[in-house]
Amino acid sequence: MSPDLGKALLELADDNLILGHRLSEWCGHAPMLEEDLALPNMGLDLIGTARTLYTYACEIENSNKTEDDLAFLRNEREFLNCLLVERPNTNFAHTILKQLYFSIFMESYWAAALNSKDETIVGIAGKAKKEMAYHIRHSGEWVIRLGDGTAESHKKIVEAVDALHLYTNEIFINTQNTEFFIENNILPDRISLKSNWEKAIKSIFKQACIPYPKNDAELLGGRLGLHGEELGHLLASMQSVHRAHPGAKW
Amino acid sequence: MPLWEVFIRPRNGLSHKHVGSLHASDKTMAINAARDVYTRRGEGTSIWIVPSALITASDPIKAEENFEPSENKIYRHPTFYDIPEDIGHM
Repeated sequence: MSPDLGKALLELADDNLILGHRLSEWCGHAPMLEEDLALPNMGLDLIGTARTLYTYACEIENSNKTEDDLAFLRNEREFLNCLLVERPNTNFAHTILKQLYFSIFMESYWAAALNSKDETIVGIAGKAKKEMAYHIRHSGEWVIRLGDGTAESHKKIVEAVDALHLYTNEIFINTQNTEFFIENNILPDRISLKSNWEKAIKSIFKQACIPYPKNDAELLGGRLGLHGEELGHLLASMQSVHRAHPGAKW
Repeated sequence: MPLWEVFIRPRNGLSHKHVGSLHASDKTMAINAARDVYTRRGEGTSIWIVPSALITASDPIKAEENFEPSENKIYRHPTFYDIPEDIGHM
């Protein structure tokens, strides 16, 4: 297989787009006005990063495709996001925990990407790293308050850990798409970020009075396009306008 | 959930200005919420938050005795001085 940076970047872009869309689903539904602005704000950070990555992927491929083609005209099996980001929002605890898992990973990923030999990737990393630092602060403070809050909020966040922690191993796996670019210092090595991620999560869980779970689950498949049923529903909603009005412009 | 008043400084050299209020459980969450609610369009370089309960306000019933006495003292406005031309704008 010849190395294809465009395809490697799709994994990254799809993670950001799908989680960004999940956050946008809260718009108008959040438990309080302040969060109703905060969650879509964070969603826009992620979607913005996805857009830059898709555009760069198109540029590399030298195709006539655009960011819209990649976001709105690919089918479920062509999406390469990890399974964690497509998990349904379920409730506020699930949403905020998923955000914490992802943003701690991505912040360290972008920090490592600042040393990439590819200048465009360095540029994207510089902007995204700052955004992830805020996402960590926002979601981390919430996880602590839910865990160390009322009996009800503690129960909800522990249920969220039970449901989502087993999806976190997949985010550290390097794929065939990315291997070549990791060896050549273009993309960061995901597995090297795992021990610091665990340390950071453990520290927050400790403050939140949440027991750190054992996790030897191997829930994989996202990077191969093998997704849960929920991604289909997400894509149906996210892509419907573009598919109903092909080529429509703002 | 307690109410907080939010003050934003738009630029260095300007003072913090009251922009509105929000609900948050504590000061850390209030700063985060203020950032999300009031600085989305590049409005600020610094945020202050103050518990609304700590603000002492003047009594609206006393508005007449508080503020009307100052209305007929036009000599307090600095408009009765001749300013030499070479001073320019003051």
